[in-house]
Amino acid sequence: MGAVSHDAHAHHEESFVSKYIFSQDHKMISKQFLITAIVMGLIAMILSTLFRIQLGWPEQSSDILHAFLGDRWAPNGILDRNMYLGLVTMHGTIMVFFLLTGGLSGTFSNLLIPLQIGARDMASGFLNMLSYWMFFISSVIMVVSLFVETGPAMAGWTVYPPLSALPQSVPGSGLGMTLWLVSMAIFIASSLLGSLNYIVTILNLRTKGMNMLRLPLTIWAFFVTAILGVLSFPVLLSAALLLIMDRTMGTSFYLSDIIVGGEMLDNTGGSPLLYQHLFWFLGHPEVYIVLLPALGLTSEIISTNARKPIFGYKAMITSLLGIGFLSFIVWAHHMYVTGMSPFLGSLFVFTTLLIAIPSAVKVFNYLTTLWRSTAIYTPQMLFSVALVSTFITGGVTGIILADSALDIAVHDTYFVVAHFHVVMGLSAVFGMFAGVYHWFPKMYGRMMNLRLGYVHFWLTLISGYGVFFPMHFVGIAGAPRRYYDYSVYEGFDANQFNIIMELNVIISIFAIIGLLAQGLFLYNFFYSIYRGPKAVQNPWRANSLEWTTPVEHVHGNWPGPLPVVHRWPYDYSKPGAAEDFIPQTVPLAEGETEEH
Amino acid sequence: MKFIVLIVIVLAIIAVAQLTRIYELTSKLRNRNEADVDYRDNKMNANLLLLFGIGMFVSYIWMIARYGAGGNTVAASVEGVDYDWLFAVNLILISAIFFVTNGLLFYFAWKYHARPGAKAFYYPHNAKLELLWTAAPAAVLSVIIILGLIQWSDRTGAAGENATVIELYSKQFDWAVRYSGKDNKLGKFDYKLINTDNPLGLATSSTISLRIDEMRAEIDTLESRINDPEAIYSVASLEEMREKLETKERLYVRLLQLQENHNPEWDAMANDDVVQPANIKLVLKKNQEYDIYFRAQDVIHSAFFPHFRAQINTVPGMVTRMKFTPSITTREMREKMKNDDFSYILLCNKICGASHSNMKLNVEVLDEAEYDAWWAEQVATKTFGNN
Repeated sequence: MGAVSHDAHAHHEESFVSKYIFSQDHKMISKQFLITAIVMGLIAMILSTLFRIQLGWPEQSSDILHAFLGDRWAPNGILDRNMYLGLVTMHGTIMVFFLLTGGLSGTFSNLLIPLQIGARDMASGFLNMLSYWMFFISSVIMVVSLFVETGPAMAGWTVYPPLSALPQSVPGSGLGMTLWLVSMAIFIASSLLGSLNYIVTILNLRTKGMNMLRLPLTIWAFFVTAILGVLSFPVLLSAALLLIMDRTMGTSFYLSDIIVGGEMLDNTGGSPLLYQHLFWFLGHPEVYIVLLPALGLTSEIISTNARKPIFGYKAMITSLLGIGFLSFIVWAHHMYVTGMSPFLGSLFVFTTLLIAIPSAVKVFNYLTTLWRSTAIYTPQMLFSVALVSTFITGGVTGIILADSALDIAVHDTYFVVAHFHVVMGLSAVFGMFAGVYHWFPKMYGRMMNLRLGYVHFWLTLISGYGVFFPMHFVGIAGAPRRYYDYSVYEGFDANQFNIIMELNVIISIFAIIGLLAQGLFLYNFFYSIYRGPKAVQNPWRANSLEWTTPVEHVHGNWPGPLPVVHRWPYDYSKPGAAEDFIPQTVPLAEGETEEH
Repeated sequence: MKFIVLIVIVLAIIAVAQLTRIYELTSKLRNRNEADVDYRDNKMNANLLLLFGIGMFVSYIWMIARYGAGGNTVAASVEGVDYDWLFAVNLILISAIFFVTNGLLFYFAWKYHARPGAKAFYYPHNAKLELLWTAAPAAVLSVIIILGLIQWSDRTGAAGENATVIELYSKQFDWAVRYSGKDNKLGKFDYKLINTDNPLGLATSSTISLRIDEMRAEIDTLESRINDPEAIYSVASLEEMREKLETKERLYVRLLQLQENHNPEWDAMANDDVVQPANIKLVLKKNQEYDIYFRAQDVIHSAFFPHFRAQINTVPGMVTRMKFTPSITTREMREKMKNDDFSYILLCNKICGASHSNMKLNVEVLDEAEYDAWWAEQVATKTFGNN
């Protein structure tokens, strides 16, 4: 119980290094995660804008491409074909792992777990610090790989061998791929340290009265997410290790009967499908590692801003657990057309479509929470409503992709790209924005600008849907993903080519608007850190424990004794109460029952 | 031009900064708390949400009307027609869910925004409702699953007895075709047999022994280069040559094993195969079922026939398969589409390197008479055993 010993010397002076750099305080670590994630997210978004320029206006010389990529990768402003694949790969990798896994979970698990369960800090402050710095190092390595001579990894974010194993097949599979693997190995270690810490903290350090059925849904979401991470990331690590061995030690885990670049290899007996099974055994839970924290954050935000209890609290927990469990037995739905046994495919159709049930329960519960509420549209509430919308829109197209018979003709087309960007990309990013707007006063003691938040929200929502909604139709038209351009269509169906290009231009324009809109967020965020109006202790009049801590951060979170919890966190607009919210620390009144 | 864009961006940033500053000052003057959303803003955002929802629905309907829902071309195979039917059923279903749930979301978000005097309804749970919306999706999903699995087992099951067997061979960045010939059986193959004369590595007694000789010669050349007393090599290049030599020696041993295990009776299966080198075209006969086998030489590719609604990955070290029955000839399709340049296509749909987006093969579907004429010519010129 290292955290408790902080009590005695809660106010000791700290040096700059121990306070801001090698901090073991969860609140500082959470800010470190957030800032790193914002930088990584921005890089990934710029990468995507670069390849959207290529897709929207292929064959046209672009000063922007030349400015970012130089003569090496965009001679005369024309994007290099290999670099196109590099951009796509790095965009995916950074977004999925560094922004939406490390960033989202790292920021809010760290900030909210101790604050919302009533703990002085994480179970192990040191491991927590280590987790951040490993995340930081892996981020740096990943970014550095963009600058190596042969380019970054180019085999897609899933880095399927043999493409990722053989430098002869694509230049990015040389040093770029090595750095990718090293970075990911460190990232996985970081993620595991973080997850273990979250689980232990939630199980052991809850304050008096905070039983599991009084936890805010945020904590439940982080809890399930951490369990998914602990169980699935090691499998990715083993996949990466085997790939490293195939690349450097001449083993044949994934390689068999290959002639590449005119050279006949003697590898035999390996199977590329083995890698895919290992990868997606992480890869699918990963989708929920990204999504569940966002759902947790918005559950909290919707209830607070609707001034109404979240509907079906226990059903929300059950569906989180259900999604978490099912996410481990659906991975091969990514592999219907890989040559895997069709019988195995049909089992995965069944389990995959089952996941739609707990997801639907969540959606209906959100809808019922909004019904007869009094919604206050702060930016975080708007982003949360938008998340519910993208969760629905992206969820229903998942039904088509989960159906192996239908997957055949849309697999690896832009239909898939549209689907997962809406359901996991937009939803998770909206959840993250909602979280930042909501907990900014807790993190920095100041308020973000409301109006800028509105403009940022509306531009982001419109450009987000503007990019990914039309993209479904590019996919239905049959356009494969990861194509440098669609000139091949001119040769066999000019009409189809025109449709794809028309849509691609629209999508690219929205992508550029979306990128520019984030400038508003960045400005608002960094300006408000220093110059925003001072926050009050409980600006959103919320029930959970983090709003009982002082605005100025103190080591150990509460200057006095830890708060004691008497009720669940969603007593909003309870009949008979004087105010429309009752903090968890308020004891039940006489005759009042706790019903949920 | 660049300069103007730059100026515009800089001015925009200054404008935003100034506007926020003014906004902040007026907030301070009015003693306004940033956490409090005033009722006017709240109403405006609620209205905008409703407007956005309506806009989204309208644009969806417009896009369906403009771009079509089931792919832009009609399905050109028997299986593809079934596929389009199932896709339509699912699309109608999910569109209904999309409209109802998103509709409720934006309607509630608009209707129940905070306004003076309004109080939220304390409604923490209702077991019956929750049961209902667990059971309803389960019922809908079981229909989807059953319909889907019926079609999946049709698509992936064994081909009929009369199906023609062919093979497609993929490598960076092209496709070659092998027709199985008279016996409708593909000959054996091994990647170690691949050379310029035998691009698909077909295994016959003669290709094996030729290849063994060739490999022996390669090993001898390399050995003599390494042992050349007059040549001077860097340590690295010497190391590299030694590694290459080891690889070749291992392959040589395996070729000898291959020869040992080869049954000369298998030769006939390969010798009547018709091999179409890479980048020519795939020709199919209308209403003929095809049982197609796939191999890959270097990395994973994916054989995607958008018009036949068929796709399977091609994997090094593994044989994959699909089947379909083309039902419309290329000529009929051109008339249907009023486009004389239309052609069926085979695209690569798995990231495979720099020219991934150019890896394609034209596909032509002929009626029986045309096909027979074309086929006679192929047998005469491209039968493997004759060359």
